[in-house]
Amino acid sequence: MLFFSFFKTLIDEQVIVELKNDMSVRGTLKSVDQFLNIKLDDVSVVDEVKYPHLSAVKNVFIRGSVVRYVHLPGAVVDTTLLEDATRKEAASQASKMGGR
Amino acid sequence: MENTDPSLLPSIIFTTAAQLVDCVDKKLLVVLRDGRKLIGILRSFDQYANLVLQDTIERIIVESMYSDIQRGVYIVRGENVVLVGEIDPEKENSIQLREVSLDEIYAAQQDEIDNRRRRELTKNSKLIDIGFSIDTQQEDMY
Repeated sequence: MLFFSFFKTLIDEQVIVELKNDMSVRGTLKSVDQFLNIKLDDVSVVDEVKYPHLSAVKNVFIRGSVVRYVHLPGAVVDTTLLEDATRKEAASQASKMGGR
Repeated sequence: MENTDPSLLPSIIFTTAAQLVDCVDKKLLVVLRDGRKLIGILRSFDQYANLVLQDTIERIIVESMYSDIQRGVYIVRGENVVLVGEIDPEKENSIQLREVSLDEIYAAQQDEIDNRRRRELTKNSKLIDIGFSIDTQQEDMY
């Protein structure tokens, strides 16, 4: 659940979501769920000429399974915090495994 | 949601249902994994993003041409959904595409598929020449 929590801290930030078909969608992150489905507001497609069908669309729900990358603004990511959270998550995973 | 501090938001908004519930009874553009674009009114959905669309049209777009086919009611299995976009009624009529007949669009679409296949074949044979093994075909057409 680490990445789910991480994405929740990025709500209202500008992101670019790159899909597995190379299409990139820029927008404001509005919501994310456990499958890392992503909802974006005020969307614009990076290559509008190639994907004209999205020009009249104001917000999108993108299924997590088709996402390749999410480009984030570097300034909003607290890497130290993320590292700590990763260690904690790994530790809790390890203790769960040990308990079996 | 007026309140934008994520730590104060109720956790309920971070579910698939909450993301899609705003879209119910609205006109949506649904892009499927096989490249189809459906435009219809969302009537129901579930946590897998299975969707029920009413008064659906399928829009085939090739370059700057498009054509619509009346389809009716659709139940879309969630795994085939790429994205669901809410259509802004104000911008809807300002699309920069030219409507053509179905025959025309089918021909253009076939050309596009043939071109893509040809490109793929050329690329694969080049890759094989330099020692790569090609064992997968591009499945996602969207």
